[in-house]
Amino acid sequence: MLRLENVSKRYKTGDLALKNVSLEIPDGQVIALIGPSGAGKSTLIRCVNRLVDATEGLIQLGDTEITSLSSSELRKARRRMGMIFQEYALVERLTVMENVLSGRLGYVNFWQSLFRKFPKKDVREAYRLLDRVGLMHMADKRADELSGGQRQRVGICRALIQDPEMLLVDEPTASLDPKTSRQIMRLINELCAERGLAAIINIHDVLLAQMYSQRVVGLKLGEIVYDGPPEGLSPEVLTEIYGEEDWEATIEEVDEDDEDLEEVIK
Amino acid sequence: MPLIETSDGPLWKRRTSLKQWLIWGAWLIGIVIAVYAWKLISDKTIWFFVADAPRQMVDIVTRMVPPSWSYMDNLWRPVWDTLNIATIGTVIALILAVPIAFLAARNTTPHKSVRAVALFIIVATRSVNSLIWALLLVVIVGPGVLAGTIAIGFRSIGGCSKLLYEAIEEINHTQVEAIEATGASRAQQMLYGIVPQVLPTFAGVGVFRWDINVRGSTILGIVGAGGIGVQLNASINVLAWTQVSMILLVILGTVFVSEYVSAKVRHAII
Amino acid sequence: MSNSTSEYADTWKKPAFIKNPALRWSIYIGSIVYFVLALGTMEINWTRVAEGIPRGMTLLSKFFPPNIEDSRGVIVDGILESVWMAVISTIGGILLSVPIGLGAARNLSHKWVYLFCRSIIGVSRTFPEIILAIFAVKFFGFGPFAGFVALSIGTIGFFAKLLAEDIENMSKSQAEAVKVTGSSWLQWINYAIQPQVMPRMIGLSLYRLDINFRESAVVGIVGAGGIGAHLLTSVQRYEYDTTATILISIIVIVIALEYTSGYLRKWVQ
Repeated sequence: MLRLENVSKRYKTGDLALKNVSLEIPDGQVIALIGPSGAGKSTLIRCVNRLVDATEGLIQLGDTEITSLSSSELRKARRRMGMIFQEYALVERLTVMENVLSGRLGYVNFWQSLFRKFPKKDVREAYRLLDRVGLMHMADKRADELSGGQRQRVGICRALIQDPEMLLVDEPTASLDPKTSRQIMRLINELCAERGLAAIINIHDVLLAQMYSQRVVGLKLGEIVYDGPPEGLSPEVLTEIYGEEDWEATIEEVDEDDEDLEEVIK
Repeated sequence: MPLIETSDGPLWKRRTSLKQWLIWGAWLIGIVIAVYAWKLISDKTIWFFVADAPRQMVDIVTRMVPPSWSYMDNLWRPVWDTLNIATIGTVIALILAVPIAFLAARNTTPHKSVRAVALFIIVATRSVNSLIWALLLVVIVGPGVLAGTIAIGFRSIGGCSKLLYEAIEEINHTQVEAIEATGASRAQQMLYGIVPQVLPTFAGVGVFRWDINVRGSTILGIVGAGGIGVQLNASINVLAWTQVSMILLVILGTVFVSEYVSAKVRHAII
Repeated sequence: MSNSTSEYADTWKKPAFIKNPALRWSIYIGSIVYFVLALGTMEINWTRVAEGIPRGMTLLSKFFPPNIEDSRGVIVDGILESVWMAVISTIGGILLSVPIGLGAARNLSHKWVYLFCRSIIGVSRTFPEIILAIFAVKFFGFGPFAGFVALSIGTIGFFAKLLAEDIENMSKSQAEAVKVTGSSWLQWINYAIQPQVMPRMIGLSLYRLDINFRESAVVGIVGAGGIGAHLLTSVQRYEYDTTATILISIIVIVIALEYTSGYLRKWVQ
């Protein structure tokens, strides 16, 4: 279980990105974090694995209090949280296999990582994951030879090989076309179900958020303004989060479930 | 581009008048500087010798042909030394330049004060010409190839480090962040996140520097630091002009070959 | 899941950078052999090196703090001579570079003119400024004039080449638009070519001024004027005080020049 208690973040520039955010995510729950750009979605998940340090508040993963860890303890805690990035964030000049195996860096020592001598079970697991996402044949390709959707799958493998308890997913579909976006979201969902992982998915596409999550949290100017089931996203709620707009068209499409996803909320 | 209303109708001018004045002012300052510099130089010049230069030129050039082909037998070793000075000097420079670059780059330096020291080393080694380094090193380690190699190495530290640390500062940070998020240590982040991104630049910088160093190492012999410059200096001192022309041809050839090789290698890497 | 684990390979090797193993190994072995030979044939007199170390320490100690008082007049004189030599040879070199650069642009000039100008550029690029300076001294006598000639020629190799390349790469459509108005060749250069290449050329000339100062500090070693001659004598006479002062002055001026030229270049562009 992940627990955030009164978390605030003020950047050096003075911007208050998060204001007293409290949130509890039980094991195995997939939540979508929605909100306009600049609402603090990215900051929130970066506070969880401390790529960004929260200014105030408490973050707990299980029994571990993340906010007060020393740097070596923090590295151990980070192994328990897999992160998936917006622009894939693969190391482009490394091979697909190295990118996947880099998810094990928290478990191996410096020399093993220098000579790419990963334990046998890690390599086996890497192959298994690549096979699972349909990229077995790409293992020796360089990451920059892959398409956007393929890269994001590699990013998913990198997060999963950590053997995490939860996933932090930052705008996984921002640079993908609508069809690939759905495939990636479906894949993340399936994998979370298979392994019983909790996940926080930052996403600005309301439709995808509704389709692929059990719970939606709406963030506006660093504050939680909605926390409830996907079905509860009424036009009034969306107006509260994003501002005035004709929301009917967006919401109706949920039931149709076709491949036409032209309505993307910016 | 303003239009100015006059009694004869609108008048088009290329620039506003203030800007035009500034440009004229800059030209004026430039011309004054040039005239002043020229006067200083010409005061120190013995014009009789300058007037005599065309005759001298014809004289020396006629004495240079034909090049003494047989002198080539004495030049293989100096050419080999010259190439070694350049190559080993470049290797030494790279070995030292890589850690300095990591200490100098804003995103990898352990501390601001370390960065300042690294930047100072870069600037100091870069500002001093390799010939000056050679001059000093001949005093310290004695004349010969060793002094030349170290001189080339020292001069290249700054040149390489500067390009390298700029490359390190320009890397894509999210790739490093992604590695950090897996729980990797600082050293591992460098290994997986930073090194792959800058490796091609490093190789390119090495080859580029080697090409410059081949040219640079041909002259170190003038101050006794080994290479073909030693023969050049000796031949000029005894006015053996046919040998001089042969040496110049060899330098020309060496530089052409090194330029060709470095272009090929750079093409293969990048 | 456990029953399927055995299907997957449990080892992985990073594909080699050079795919062809024969080529890869010959490159490895070739470089090892080269370095063994190169280091093996390097004649190093270790006793001489050992003797020199204390001398090196003395030299180094003179830098902290430098002795600025002695022989200051001579040094200031030499440094100024280097500076002015750098300035005037940059200007002279650029004036010479413009016609040669135009001639060396394939899209502007006749084939023979092109080849002639390219070979001038080639020669001046190949030979380091010091070698040019040696010959300039032989032709024009000792003193800064020889340095001026050598550095000007060096500037041509740099500047004319870049100018020619810039002209070759410039926008064709703009050039043609001016040409069809029926302008003369000179008008065409003035209106179509000059505006396109001018800003970069100003930046490059400041950059070259930088390089020319570094060179003008050493051409004195072969008698071509500037501070280099003093540097050489001070080293030969073991006057390390003076050596240190000269080196510090050179470093300071180089840094100052680099920053000003960098600043001016930003301002121009």
